[in-house]
Amino acid sequence: MQQVVVTEMTFNPWQTLQEYEQQLQQHHPKIGAVSTFVGTMRDNNEGDAVQTLFLEHYPQMTERYLRKISDQAMQQWQIMDTLIVHRVGEMHPNDTIVLVAAWAAHRGAAFDACRYLIEELKHRAPFWKRETLPTGERWVEHNTPA
Amino acid sequence: MSITVKFFASLRETIRKQEVTLNLAQPLTVAQVWTLAVDNSHFPEHILAAINLEYVDRDTMVQDGDEIAFFPPVTGG
Repeated sequence: MQQVVVTEMTFNPWQTLQEYEQQLQQHHPKIGAVSTFVGTMRDNNEGDAVQTLFLEHYPQMTERYLRKISDQAMQQWQIMDTLIVHRVGEMHPNDTIVLVAAWAAHRGAAFDACRYLIEELKHRAPFWKRETLPTGERWVEHNTPA
Repeated sequence: MSITVKFFASLRETIRKQEVTLNLAQPLTVAQVWTLAVDNSHFPEHILAAINLEYVDRDTMVQDGDEIAFFPPVTGG
């Protein structure tokens, strides 16, 4: 299914994962492993309190890039499917920013593909964060290292 | 030949432009398009570029009808 979703809607990653996996297992009874990454908004960054976060993106390029890395993961590892869901727009502390999952017969490929997807997303997918602090707004200049 | 140039995130605020249409008298590279669009300045090393939604490097030639995008390092996830 290799689903890619970029959404302004709040989502519960565990519910999304469960619903997706129920559909997936109908097609892939040989799945034996799923590896997931869930990124959540913190209420602080670089020592400052963060009240809200706005995520801008480049519509169309974002989805295209996420589909591209999903295809690359499918080619590089023995995996059966991938799922990427990413929030855009305004969000608050504890909101889920991103969900990445990779399904495989065995854990090695699932772990490796999931790690690849989130690292590629963070380094190349055209999203940008702007934080609102008690003192004003600022753009996030770089991501935290893995 | 006509191209569209878009700017995103902090870059859009810094140069105070969101989108411009340029009519080119001759073929240009991505870096030359930047110079034409942004006050005759040099293309900064850290800025990323895309043509028609795909990453390109500074020396890629633009074509008629292309959408060129410039943006700062990404911070998603």
